[in-house]
Amino acid sequence: MSTDAKRAPAQKRSDKGSPGNNGADASPQNDLAATTPEVRRELLRSMLLQRRFEERCAEAYALGKIGGFCHLYIGQEAISTGVMSMIRPDDYVITAYRDHGQALARGVSPRAVMAELFGRDTGSSGGKGGSMHIFDAKTNFLGGHGIVGGHVPVAAGVGFAIKYRRGNQVCVCFFGEAAVNIGAFHEALNLASLWELPVVFIIENNRYGMGTAISRSTANEDVLVRAKGYRMEGESVDGQDVFAVRECMARAVERARKEKRPTLIEMKTYRFMGHSMSDAASGTYRTKDELEENMKRDPILLLHNRMFEAGELTEGEMHKIDDEAKAIAQDAWDFADASPEPPLEKLYTDVYADTSS
Amino acid sequence: MAVVTYRDALTQALREELQRDDRVFLMGEEVAQYNGAYKVSKGLLDEFGPMRIVDTPITELGFAGVGVGAAMVGLRPIVEFMTWNFALLAIDEVVNAAAKMLYMSGGQYKMPMVFRGPNGSALQLSAQHSQAWESWYAHIPGLKVCTPGTPADAKGLLKSAIRDDNPVVFLEGEMLYNTKGEVPDGEHIVPIGVAELKREGDHCSVITHGKMVLVAMKVADDLAKEGINIDVVDLRTVRPIDVEAIARSVQKTNRAVVLEEGWEICGMGSQVVDFIQRECFDDLDAPVLRVHQEDVPMPYAKNLERAAKPDAGKAIAAIKKVMYLD
Ligand SMILES: Cc1ncc(C[n+]2csc(CCOP(=O)(O)OP(=O)(O)O)c2C)c(N)n1
Ligand SMILES: [Mg+2]
Repeated sequence: MSTDAKRAPAQKRSDKGSPGNNGADASPQNDLAATTPEVRRELLRSMLLQRRFEERCAEAYALGKIGGFCHLYIGQEAISTGVMSMIRPDDYVITAYRDHGQALARGVSPRAVMAELFGRDTGSSGGKGGSMHIFDAKTNFLGGHGIVGGHVPVAAGVGFAIKYRRGNQVCVCFFGEAAVNIGAFHEALNLASLWELPVVFIIENNRYGMGTAISRSTANEDVLVRAKGYRMEGESVDGQDVFAVRECMARAVERARKEKRPTLIEMKTYRFMGHSMSDAASGTYRTKDELEENMKRDPILLLHNRMFEAGELTEGEMHKIDDEAKAIAQDAWDFADASPEPPLEKLYTDVYADTSS
Repeated sequence: MAVVTYRDALTQALREELQRDDRVFLMGEEVAQYNGAYKVSKGLLDEFGPMRIVDTPITELGFAGVGVGAAMVGLRPIVEFMTWNFALLAIDEVVNAAAKMLYMSGGQYKMPMVFRGPNGSALQLSAQHSQAWESWYAHIPGLKVCTPGTPADAKGLLKSAIRDDNPVVFLEGEMLYNTKGEVPDGEHIVPIGVAELKREGDHCSVITHGKMVLVAMKVADDLAKEGINIDVVDLRTVRPIDVEAIARSVQKTNRAVVLEEGWEICGMGSQVVDFIQRECFDDLDAPVLRVHQEDVPMPYAKNLERAAKPDAGKAIAAIKKVMYLD
């Protein structure tokens, strides 16, 4: 089966608002974010692919096929899917180490992502980056970065380059809520607002940085007030609701594209797994009850329910979409597993670029 | 050949490269309206405008990262640090982002950018403002590190650095800006990674770089009066290091002194000595000696500062020692 045929909605431009769509609509105030049943199905497909793919990542990790740090995105998929569905292929995306879901939602080949996790030659970075460093020039996916907050100024730089070239792309930058206490965050947001750069900064507030609750790390838990400090537009949104994510992205993207102004968005979410593969989903820093309570707002379930209630999705169709997602994940696994390790000569390549000019 | 200052040679390089390629821009504190803290960017704002000569707030980490992002998507940033002492605040972007982007992306994202500014000790600036950083950056695969000691090398290497598709750490000698030297007219390029034999002699090799090149030249003049003739090998670039040039010289003279501004432990000299013992073991007639800053933070008082710094007298003593003349 060709996995690349099953691209996420990031690659589709069919999501213009259509009048007469039904109950699962985004608010009428924003046409760009309005959805049709087809678009909603794509959103569901994208989220399910991430979920099924990462479930296999956990399995592969337990088998030792994936090593090192591996941070799963499970529980946060409405954000990646919602955000990517609102940007163009020529826009830029940059993120932190919790990057598999975002890469898939952006349209990076599941085979290339899985092969990267397996440390294979066919991986997106030829096996040199691993889980935390997914890069894909074809989809303007500018990486997976491992230093908390370190990539936030880089996003401002991408915005600077867009403006320098008088382009109308935007750069979307994801990071966790713990990154707002890093100096690089402050420096980047000040510059982005000062220089009016087309960047959308997205705080994925899953309430924990590893085992530290936001209340134990951040003097003012209302992270959105940071926007005011930089004279920047800010919004807070339910990150479990893919429609809410899309609406707020529509406004931010418009602002970046048309007015060349940055936005800070807090997307409230929750991670359903441990911080990485080396810790339990609950335990010393959060209770099982809290976890279970939050898992009731599974973003995939919420979307499924809305579509189901609107009568546009049968259980049979849901199964079919789910089976497809599983098949893509299986195909990615098989591909990665059958791929060779990078040849030893490649140890020494890509340290320096050949200067041609 | 015109005689120009090291500062003007750098300005020429910046101007020529800004004219040559509109993807090149200069960014840093006080580079535009103020004409540069050390006036290296004098006149460039008028010529190229505020989109290409960009004043930043005091936000080293922030604007170094902006440079990295701009380079990732095809621009060719020149990031100026007011001095390299302040670049410590940005070192994450230099080391963890710029140096590794190509590798961790499997060759997808190159980093055609330059980080530049004044390096090394000045006069009575004491502990925080008077330091030589080359060994820190030379340690990092993925970076190239230039340390020009003359106006001609400053110009030629900066032009190479700007045209290079890799991140280049460009360390200008803070005390060299007013020094003068001949710079070839017209297009003048010095390749990165190629040392230059600045003085020829048979008795001892002095291997050095950056500001210490001038000290070595003075040493060569002084010793010549005593009938001692030394090779002065100016590395010019400390990553990559021109090992062949070092070996050629030491195989001829059979003795070597390594002269540098920085501290002893894990300094550039440690690496040069390692190359020498591997490449020239059978050629050596004496242990290789090193001359460097004393192992203390830079003091303020004139006499202490003088005592802390490497200088011609210390270099001459070391040379005489390896020649068994003391
Ligand atoms: C500068 C830095 N310090 C510490 C770490 C180790 N570390 C990795 S992830 C993490 C927690 C970050 O939490 P958050 O930003 O909320 O993102 P999340 O993991 O929740 O997605 C820490 C402390 C790091 N990678 N970088
Ligand atoms: Mg978090």
